[in-house]
Amino acid sequence: MSIDSVFVHKMWDEHELSKMVDGGIPFPMMSDVGGKVGSVYGIYDDQAGVETRGRFIIDPDGVIQGYEVLTPPVGRNVLEALRQIQAFRLVRETQGAEATPSGWRPGKKTLNPGPGLVGKVWEAWKTDMAFD
Amino acid sequence: MGEEFEPACARPTGGPVGATEESPSDAGETETVKKEKNMVMVGRKAPDFTAPAYHKGKFVNIKLSDYLGKWVVLCFYPGDFTFV
Repeated sequence: MSIDSVFVHKMWDEHELSKMVDGGIPFPMMSDVGGKVGSVYGIYDDQAGVETRGRFIIDPDGVIQGYEVLTPPVGRNVLEALRQIQAFRLVRETQGAEATPSGWRPGKKTLNPGPGLVGKVWEAWKTDMAFD
Repeated sequence: MGEEFEPACARPTGGPVGATEESPSDAGETETVKKEKNMVMVGRKAPDFTAPAYHKGKFVNIKLSDYLGKWVVLCFYPGDFTFV
């Protein structure tokens, strides 16, 4: 979503993005002329008149689980966004019985929050697990 | 997802769903409390909105709440034909 019109989105997809992605952009390219939606989400820069690089992960109940906002010159990390969705899905599927510590990705150790884990995280999880 | 529409000369627009337009006449001189705009918050409902979109060759209207039941990644960016 950006402040560009749907007509500009069409031109951008046809003339540039479809040369990067086979078949063009597969998801809807939304238009927010005036930044009304971006304002509600807190990422519209009214001085510059554009939207900043905001990314929101919204769960099946319509609840925001995470967001990230960057200034324009720095791009996102798509794999990190996907990793976060995988983590949120796991937490949702286990109804919170499992939590994903720092650096978690699929296959890595999760934690089971509860009275028995209080003060014992140092036994169950090591800091280098955040970096491997 | 989304209903197709035929574009006319006016640029199609959307906006928040359920938001009331602020009218200047409501802001009386006696009003001293300024409403602070809050950033959305994790763990809270994502504000619903409608927005026109270009999707695989068609112009469609998108409503966030039509995607209930699915995971959604909502991305904002500064502008088409910018570089990053």
